[in-house]
Amino acid sequence: MLDSAFELLRQQADGEVSAVEIAGQAIDAIEASQKLHNAYTHIDRELTLAAAKKIDQKRAAGEPLGALAGVPVAVKDVLCTADMPTTCSSEMLRGFRPPYDATVVERLRAADAVIVGKTNMDEFAMGGSTETGAFGVTTNPWDIKRTPGGSSGGATAAVAAQTVPLSLGTDTGGSIRQPSAFCGVTGLKPTYGRVSRYGLVAFASSLDQIGPIAWSAKECALLMNTIAGFEKRDSTSLYTEVPDYVAATESDDMRGMRVGVLRESMEADGVDPAVKAAVAHAIGVFAELGAEIVDVDLPHREYWVPTYYVIAPSEASSNLSRYDGAHYGHRSSASDNLEAMYCKSRAEGFGEEVKRRIMIGTYALSEGYADQYYNQALKVRRLIRGDYDAAFSQADLLLGPVTPTPAFELGAKLDDPIQMYLCDLFTVGANLAGVPAMSLPAGFNDDGLPLGIQIQAPALEEARLLFAGSAFQSATDYHTKRPRG
Amino acid sequence: MAELPTTTIIGLEVHVQLRTKTKLFCGCSTKFGGAPNTQVCPVCLGLPGALPVMNEHAIELAIRAGLALDCDIPPMTKWDRKQYFYPDLPKGYQISQFDLPICVDGVLEIDDPADPEQKRKIHITRAHLEEDAGKSMHDEAAGSADSRIDLNRCGTPLLEIVSEPDLRTAEECLAYLTKLKETMVHLGVSDCEMQEGSLRVDANVNLEIDRHGEVIRTPIVEIKNMNSFRNVASALQYEVKRQYGEWEEHGWTIQTKGKRTFGWNDVKEITYPQREKEESADYRYFPCPDLLPVRIPRERVEEIRQSLGETPGEARTRLQKQYGIKEYDADVIVSQGRAMVEYFDTVATTCDDGKRASSWIQQDVLRTLKEQNTDIESFAVEAKDLGELLRKVIQGELTNDRARDVFKHLAENGGSVDSAIASLGIEAVDDSEMESLVQSLLDANPKVVEDVKSGNQKAIGSLIGQAKKQNRNANPQTVREIALRLINQS
Ligand SMILES: [Zn+2]
Repeated sequence: MLDSAFELLRQQADGEVSAVEIAGQAIDAIEASQKLHNAYTHIDRELTLAAAKKIDQKRAAGEPLGALAGVPVAVKDVLCTADMPTTCSSEMLRGFRPPYDATVVERLRAADAVIVGKTNMDEFAMGGSTETGAFGVTTNPWDIKRTPGGSSGGATAAVAAQTVPLSLGTDTGGSIRQPSAFCGVTGLKPTYGRVSRYGLVAFASSLDQIGPIAWSAKECALLMNTIAGFEKRDSTSLYTEVPDYVAATESDDMRGMRVGVLRESMEADGVDPAVKAAVAHAIGVFAELGAEIVDVDLPHREYWVPTYYVIAPSEASSNLSRYDGAHYGHRSSASDNLEAMYCKSRAEGFGEEVKRRIMIGTYALSEGYADQYYNQALKVRRLIRGDYDAAFSQADLLLGPVTPTPAFELGAKLDDPIQMYLCDLFTVGANLAGVPAMSLPAGFNDDGLPLGIQIQAPALEEARLLFAGSAFQSATDYHTKRPRG
Repeated sequence: MAELPTTTIIGLEVHVQLRTKTKLFCGCSTKFGGAPNTQVCPVCLGLPGALPVMNEHAIELAIRAGLALDCDIPPMTKWDRKQYFYPDLPKGYQISQFDLPICVDGVLEIDDPADPEQKRKIHITRAHLEEDAGKSMHDEAAGSADSRIDLNRCGTPLLEIVSEPDLRTAEECLAYLTKLKETMVHLGVSDCEMQEGSLRVDANVNLEIDRHGEVIRTPIVEIKNMNSFRNVASALQYEVKRQYGEWEEHGWTIQTKGKRTFGWNDVKEITYPQREKEESADYRYFPCPDLLPVRIPRERVEEIRQSLGETPGEARTRLQKQYGIKEYDADVIVSQGRAMVEYFDTVATTCDDGKRASSWIQQDVLRTLKEQNTDIESFAVEAKDLGELLRKVIQGELTNDRARDVFKHLAENGGSVDSAIASLGIEAVDDSEMESLVQSLLDANPKVVEDVKSGNQKAIGSLIGQAKKQNRNANPQTVREIALRLINQS
């Protein structure tokens, strides 16, 4: 069971432990948890130990070390790694080894982090339960009968099971925040463009964003310091200076900060009373920290899910065209002409949920329907962004639920896509608007399942979220509770 | 053929490859002829996770082309994805421009082939940027039907120039294509090398048949991917007859059949319908989420407009007038592009002999560029050096033969004319030295002396070769003069 990233950095600096020992512990922990939680799609003990050894040698030689020296990090299997397979938990990409590292992976390596493996996910990041992938289901470390959430369920379960202190997930409609809430960890979806998407296998390009997952906001800040910042290989990457996020978490004085409560969200149908109670409790905590509490509304909230489920599948249908059996991916052996090869390869290589979304997206973009669906969705998206602008003129932060319920049981929603899509009820707004949003552990229900709250900030104000999250965690201890291993 | 009066309606879509060093969305080279799949990277291969980054130079060249075609350059343009499955399209979509192309509403004026005194205005609907696909190579030898894919071309920047259906004959199309090509080459926008695929043509064609006052329109046929002007002309001529015949036989009209896609078989010299599937494509265009819309400030367009300089037509007239060279010669130089015109200007003014400059450029320079597979901008012989070399020839300091040696040396090694002359060991020969050499040759060849005396001056020719053998710097003209003088004195 590993300590926090900061503690691991201190222990190494004080010579109490080596990077190799830490890496060994991490791999042991992963192997022990894997049968139970299946949070990883790939680990490599030799590679991990070799990487850790290099850090120890650098330290011994007195060379300068990066900010994450010797800290084990797990990476969602949607991010390209040159030395490990990148599969997106899809049969399509089984065994695929990219010839290059994603930018965030390059930055992790440059910061001397030790990448321990790739984490499980819903196939091509489509799903809310980490049940749709080709490598089996990931379970929730708080209750293995339950889902860890999705699509970054592997990345959050890896942290919750204490196999790593830090992991990277991706969030297209809530895929970092929802599983963070289900697994009782802290997860941040940064502003769109804040972290380079180069090397992130695209699901919905205009919504996807990579972000940190850890027990605490402070550790998320540490990881953000490494991965955030402009990069010229991603044209949508923002050319803005990166603040010191860790420094931003050093204060917990919230005086002068207006926290806008999304009351309407809490009144929505199907929101579990325990979730409502957690939000109500959090309002009190922020008020005690000195924040001014105001009521705000995002009026087009009821259009979030329909808008999202037009735009995301449309982009996905395009992004996934390349998996045709000719260039990448599984090729069917049961075809004798090009057309049949395309059809059969895709039919065999993709799972149900991916096929469903490709069909929706293809339909929404097709001639005669694009105006009715895709173009209409783009217009609504502009209205949603307008809502956020208006809300942020009244409040510095928005506070509300992350998910309608705590973690549900495995298989409970697998055959009911609409129910599954409604898990994104509170999270997709931030993706449609491109603003940063964060999930914080905020309590437990009677069954001992973690509950989360969501805070959102204006574009590029991750530092404000991390500060508020850290302040919340200085006043509460939910983020320090661990599942019984 | 046609018994009823018929008008042919033709619109052309011309793809020219922009003359950028790197591809439209990555840093890979666009050079032609590399071994298959050697000029590729994750971006142009469409590897999972790779993202495109726009090439600014392609935008610049597209604006140049647009301005030369009298187009408007809207202040905002954007990138769209055009989806279709094809083995040489790695991403499953092509990044192109759909509803906001970079250039709109232009015009290209051509000489009317039917009346050289008249001009015809051909309107340009739009010109948009897009990335090229790869190349499938089908090896059907021995029935193996092996297909291989070369993705070197993937991501190469193309400008698709779409005309209004203003063209009426194959001859007009040729005039249009010739003028278009000349303009693109002249501005350095494209090499327009058809055999390398850097200019390709699709033609939309149908007929308006006048049946006693009632106008009947035949279905539009798009003939895809013709890669020589000759093919365009042949295909159009064939297609006009075919459409008339088809109408006579089936009575198909644009109302009943709409538009169809045909290919051109340049062996059988026929057009043929392509599969139905390829016709009814729904490309599902949508804005490419990986690339931001492109804003083009007015000032930038004006800057580019200022840099356009003279048109090819103006250059042709000026060269003829300024240097007294023939229309044909001016054509050859201008057709090589603006850089060549500038090169010629410098050579001609340095040596003060336009005709000589033109002949050297057309022969020696063009041949060497071809041999070296390079262009005039990267050529090792600078214009002022070639000008100086020719000046030495004109002043009799060097023979044409020796000048060619110097030129060859410069083309291979660069450097100045003087250093090339020095390293080739070329020296001016002292007159008295030459006189004694010629005297000794005359002594050894009494037959030549006799022949010259009896009026056959050509006989001296045999001495020139011998003189050069003994002293490679011997100038033939000097040898001839000295020999004649000595014979006359004797
Ligand atoms: Zn490339």
